[in-house]
Amino acid sequence: MGPRANELAPASSATSSFTMLRRLPIWLVILVLVGLFVLYSMLTGDYLSTLQFLVIGVRLTVVSAVLSYALALAVGLIIALGRVSRNLLAYNLATLYVEIMRGVPLLVILLYAQFVVVPGLSNWLDLNLHTRLLWQRNSAIAGVIGLALGYAAYLAEVYRAGIESIERGQMEAARSLGMTYGQAMRHVILPQALRRVLPALGNDFIAIMKDTSLLTIISVSELTYYARQEASRTFQYFRTYNAAAFLYLTLTLLLSLGVRYIERRTSGGRR
Amino acid sequence: MDDANTVITVNDVCKRFGSLQALDHVSTTVKRGEVLMIIGPSGSGKSTLLRCINHLEVPDSGTVTIDGTEVNERRGNINRVRADVGMVFQRFELFPHLTVLDNICLAQQQVRRRPRTEAEEHAHSLLEKVGIPEKRLSYPTQLSGGQQQRVAIARALAMQPKVMLFDEPTSALDPEMIKEVLDVMLDLAHEGMTMVVVSHEMGFARNAANRVMFMDYGKVVEEGVPEQVFSHPQHDRTKLFLSRILH
Repeated sequence: MGPRANELAPASSATSSFTMLRRLPIWLVILVLVGLFVLYSMLTGDYLSTLQFLVIGVRLTVVSAVLSYALALAVGLIIALGRVSRNLLAYNLATLYVEIMRGVPLLVILLYAQFVVVPGLSNWLDLNLHTRLLWQRNSAIAGVIGLALGYAAYLAEVYRAGIESIERGQMEAARSLGMTYGQAMRHVILPQALRRVLPALGNDFIAIMKDTSLLTIISVSELTYYARQEASRTFQYFRTYNAAAFLYLTLTLLLSLGVRYIERRTSGGRR
Repeated sequence: MDDANTVITVNDVCKRFGSLQALDHVSTTVKRGEVLMIIGPSGSGKSTLLRCINHLEVPDSGTVTIDGTEVNERRGNINRVRADVGMVFQRFELFPHLTVLDNICLAQQQVRRRPRTEAEEHAHSLLEKVGIPEKRLSYPTQLSGGQQQRVAIARALAMQPKVMLFDEPTSALDPEMIKEVLDVMLDLAHEGMTMVVVSHEMGFARNAANRVMFMDYGKVVEEGVPEQVFSHPQHDRTKLFLSRILH
C-alpha cells in the first residue's frame, strides 16, 4: 500500500507524515498512556490498598510460571524427539501423550493432578498423616507439574514443527559423515530448529504466565487467588479485577517485549 | 571379486520407490584409486545407486561391500562405514549454524574423537588444499556456491575416507564457479583417491575418469573407458543420450 499511497497524495509532506504515523507503534503509545492513567489513579485512589494486597500473589504467579515452563521445555523436547522418531514405540507413546494432553482442558488436568494423582500417590506410598497433609497443602507442586505436563504437549508440537522444517539433506550430510542419529540431532538439527521456533516458544511462556491463574482452583495462593479473596472480602469487584488485570498485563507485556528482543536478535544476523 | 584391490562391491542391488524401479539388479565393483563416472538421464537411478553405496538409501535386496565390510544397518557398523565414505551433495548441505572451521571439525571430533586442536590443524591444511584458508571463520551463507562446495569437499576429506562419492557436485553452481570445484576434484583424482562421480561434466570425464557407466531405467546400459563410451557407444540409448548432452 506504501507506493500507491504516494501516487494518490499530491502533497509530499502529507504522505511523509502519513507514513511516519504508520510506522509508529500506535498500540504501544495508547497502551502506555492508558497504563500511566491507570497507574496514576491506582496509586492515588483506593486502588493502592487493593494493589498492595494482590502484589503478594505475583511472586507465586511468576515462580510457578517459570518452574512449569522450564519443566515443560524439558519434557516437551523429549516428547518431540519421540514424535519424529522412527522407533515405533517412542513415536506411538509420544503421539498418545500429545493427543491426550492436548485433548483434556488444562483445568481438568490440574484438578486431576491435585485430587487424583496426589492422594493416589500418597496412598500408594503409604504415607503417614503428617506427610499426607503436607502434600495436600502444597498444592503448588501438583499445580506446577500439572501445568508443565499440559504445556509439554504444546511445546512438543512446536519443537516438532521446528525439527521437521530443517531440510532432509542436513540429516543426510551429518549421517554421511558417520555421525549417529543422536549426534546429528544434537549438533546439527536441534541448534537450527531451536533458532527457528524461538518466537513460538516465547509465546508459550506468555501463555503459561496467564494460565497460572487456573491454579487458583486448586487453592494455590497466586495472583488470581488473592484477587478472589479481596473481591469477596470487600465486594469491590470492579476495582479488584481491574487491579488483577493490570498486574497480569504488566507481566505479559514485559515478557512480550523480551520475546520481541530475542526474535530480532536471532533473525537479524546469520540464519 | 573380493581381491584386496576392490574397494566397493555392489552386488545385485534393487531399489523401488513406489511404482518406480530405481535400481534393477545393479552390480559393479570399484578398484582402489579408480575414478568411476556415472551418467544417464534424470530418474535413471544414478543418484540412487550412489546413495545406496553408503546406505543413505537402504537397498530392497542385494549387498554393498566397502573395503571388505558389508554395509548393513542391523549389524550396527553403518556409522563406521559411512565415516570411511565421503559424500558431496548437489546442494552442499553445509551446516548453516556453524563456521566453516566448525563444519570441518564437527565430525572429526564427534566421530573420529580427535582433540579440537588436531581437528583444527587438519581443517586448516584441507582449507589450504581447496584454496580458501581465509574463509575459515565465515558462515556458509557468506560464501559463494563454489566456495561452499569446496568446503563441503574439505569436510568430507577431513574424515580421511577411503572413497569419495560425488552426487552432481556442480549442477547447483553458477557456470563460472564450476571450474574451481572441478579443479579440486581433478587434484583428488590425480592423488589417487577412489571416486564415484555422478555428473555430466565431460571435461572431467575425459581428464580424470577411468571408467564411465551409462544408466537408464535403473539398469547399467553400458560401461567402459571414457574414450570408448563417448566416441563409440554401443547402444542406441547411449548414442541418443550423448547426442543430446554433447550438442
